[in-house]
Amino acid sequence: MTIEMPQSFWLYFTFFVLLLVDGLWCMLATRNLVRILIGLEILMKSVTFFLIAAGYLSGRMALAQALVVTVIVIEVVVVVVVAGIILGFYRKHDSLDVGNTRRMKG
Amino acid sequence: MIWFTLLLVVLVLAALWASMTTTLLRATLGLALASALLSVVMFSMGATLAAVLELSVCAGLISVVLVSVASLTRPRSIQEEIASRRSRLRRIWPLPLVLIAAGVALSFVHAPVDIVLHLPKGDGDVRTLLWSMRQLDLFGQILILLAGALGVLVLFRKEAKDDD
Repeated sequence: MTIEMPQSFWLYFTFFVLLLVDGLWCMLATRNLVRILIGLEILMKSVTFFLIAAGYLSGRMALAQALVVTVIVIEVVVVVVVAGIILGFYRKHDSLDVGNTRRMKG
Repeated sequence: MIWFTLLLVVLVLAALWASMTTTLLRATLGLALASALLSVVMFSMGATLAAVLELSVCAGLISVVLVSVASLTRPRSIQEEIASRRSRLRRIWPLPLVLIAAGVALSFVHAPVDIVLHLPKGDGDVRTLLWSMRQLDLFGQILILLAGALGVLVLFRKEAKDDD
């Protein structure tokens, strides 16, 4: 089955791009590991929003919601594991500066 | 449609505040606000299950995890704070301008959309779809949750060993 997108696609696409740029800039402009995680979260928000918008425009909201549920579960696990890694890194280096990762072994 | 567009604008502003604010606590609050607004957007688009999950998990649980991480770290000295704030401001200030430019540029795009989605058959209730058509996703989610729990256990076990 094929579905063509209506014009309101551009409204959703615009806000998807704005959130994406915001998240990417937040990740790239900071040296703080927690802020990098927050930037990653904003990126995930943009992806979640665009999935829902795609489901809304195509009339396949159930499929979009199923995918968003999967994304949210993965997002939580990623955040919890990365938070643990950040805390371990902080205890080792006494800093959240991402520059310290250059001193790591390997 | 106007209030919906305004809602999306406030969502982007909340995300921008989370990116630009100086303290980690405020950034976490901005992220929680963005999650809550996204759940309102989802709810207004008819994605109720995803909206509830977004509100409870992303605005709730993830905020708690981020606040816990921030509270377990030592606050910086005033000199470190000033130096960090200056260098950060240098890198982050173009962001609002870039967002405004991108928003204005994209608002002029009215090209016909030729994207054609090839979707699988069947769409109805999300619960039915999850349990009848997306079982592999569910098994994947269960495995990922277990992997995440194991990962956290391993991390904390290493910490305990280091403390000894």
